[in-house]
Amino acid sequence: MSKRIDVKDLNVYYGKFLAVEDVNINIEAKSVTAFIGPSGCGKSTFLRTLNRMHEVIPGARVEGEVLLDGDNLYGPGVDPVTVRSQIGMVFQRPNPFPTMSIRDNVLAGVKLNNQKMSKGEADALVERSLQGANLWNEVKDRLAKPGSGLSGGQQQRLCIARAIAVEPQVILMDEPCSALDPISTLAIEDLINDLKDQYTVVIVTHNMQQAARVSDRTAFFNIAGTGKPGKLIEVGDTHTIFSNPTQKATEDYVSGRFG
Amino acid sequence: MTSTLTPVRKRSALTKGQLPKYAPYVVLGLALVIGAAILALIGFNAFGWGIVSAILFTVGLVGWSAAAEGGRKAKDKLATCLVVGSFLVALLPLISVIWTVLVNGLPGLLDPGFLTTSMNGVTGAFDNKSVEEGAPVIGGIYHALLGTIQITLLATAISVPVGLLTAVYLVEYGEDRPLARAITFFVDVMTGIPSIVAGLFAAAFFFAVVGPGTKTGAVAAVALSVLMIPVVVRSSEEMLKIVPNELREAAYALGVRKWRTILKVVIPTAISGIASGVTLAIARVIGETAPILVTAGFATNINSNVFSGWMASLPTFIYTQILNPTSPSNPDPSSQRAWGAALVLIILVMLLNLGARLIARMFAPKTGR
Repeated sequence: MSKRIDVKDLNVYYGKFLAVEDVNINIEAKSVTAFIGPSGCGKSTFLRTLNRMHEVIPGARVEGEVLLDGDNLYGPGVDPVTVRSQIGMVFQRPNPFPTMSIRDNVLAGVKLNNQKMSKGEADALVERSLQGANLWNEVKDRLAKPGSGLSGGQQQRLCIARAIAVEPQVILMDEPCSALDPISTLAIEDLINDLKDQYTVVIVTHNMQQAARVSDRTAFFNIAGTGKPGKLIEVGDTHTIFSNPTQKATEDYVSGRFG
Repeated sequence: MTSTLTPVRKRSALTKGQLPKYAPYVVLGLALVIGAAILALIGFNAFGWGIVSAILFTVGLVGWSAAAEGGRKAKDKLATCLVVGSFLVALLPLISVIWTVLVNGLPGLLDPGFLTTSMNGVTGAFDNKSVEEGAPVIGGIYHALLGTIQITLLATAISVPVGLLTAVYLVEYGEDRPLARAITFFVDVMTGIPSIVAGLFAAAFFFAVVGPGTKTGAVAAVALSVLMIPVVVRSSEEMLKIVPNELREAAYALGVRKWRTILKVVIPTAISGIASGVTLAIARVIGETAPILVTAGFATNINSNVFSGWMASLPTFIYTQILNPTSPSNPDPSSQRAWGAALVLIILVMLLNLGARLIARMFAPKTGR
């Protein structure tokens, strides 16, 4: 239940502004790939092109190909909604739906799409998803309570449960721990480790230690200066990137000489 | 023998140079007494007493504070006095209106049959009799109440879908396109349309489409909806705008289509604000007189069909009772009925505002653990 992503010659634009230039990267199935780099280098922008969330912003567009197991996401006639139901996303700030209970938040992907589901199936899906997000034991007695009453870390895990409830092939995470304390971060990182048994995980992070802890492969993005497009500098095994990178800029960044 | 006891300190060094807590009350008492004395010299009236006392209080408290505490505290006291004074001035007309309407309207409202009978068959002869022989005032506002409620409900039924859908277009699909900008501009223009013009528009429209002289509750409802739509659009637009974009993105990322996201995530999140905005828009048009006069006419009998025949409403009822009393020689019963209707109208608007708050609270996103 996971697919690989191959990106070929991808340019990302906001209107006329070229935000990310010429990215070529292969993201392996059932692995964790981390994107690191300084702020504004386009790693979040690039991540959002992987499930066509980029084009939600007016004027945003891309050139090039993103292949999900060989199928181009940007091919003619491809419905972005189909793409997004296969490639889920977790955002920087936890964003459970405030009008829904914990249970309804997990079922949001099903309910909002008006798919019919018996109560037994729904209960099983809620339990499976919340257990998958390591949240079941904390919330099983208050599933009817609103999701906004949970702590920040719990809310983020609720959002992960919501994402895996639609059974995607790939899960994208945009700095999922940047608003969380170290304990909650640890819980999420453990969860990412479990998720890669079933899903392809791509995570953007500012935290190099986090990238080193959770990812199998790491991609380093950099930007030449403000107003210039971001670029993919180097991608490789996490161990190699952190101990023996081929590019000077990567070495400077991971050793803390800048950024 | 003399002991070398340390003197008992009555006040902390940190609170030195402050006015005592009772200072405002002392100044207020003095200001009231002196104000009464001054007013007694030139002829006493309560309104002047209040004004003179307020000025004396401000001068006295600020002066005392300047002497005892210094300039900064005195300025603070002056600003406090001005703010509270402005608040009281703003409150004055409201309380005065409510008081006047209560005093004049209660006798009418407490009349038996006031809410359950119409003016059908009530002639000047009955009013003359009630003034000259002390017979009870008969006639009521049932027909007007019924008309107001029907016209307003129909106007709401027209305005809410149109207004809400316009707001959805502006916020979710407009993206600052020329059409969206044009709509925003014309909604702003519509907000400023005088209500009589809205009435004339509706009347002229129905004269042209249905036939000359078409005056029904439905025409009035169209006129009122012309006034209501811009208010509904504006308030719903503001409410939809403050729904965080993250929620929309969260729904998109789950593979939810845009229209479903709007229907099931955006509108439910904003529904409390939208509902209270709609209620306030209703409260704004329920008291309109001019557009109803030219579109629904005035009736004295009960008409429960908005689509045919003239229809009474509370504002036009008040207007006609005051301007053309049922008995020209004895206008008092008519004016009593008019005040009673005014009280009912104010109560209706208050209930609507209360309803808006209840609705807002009922639909508000739930918090709690």
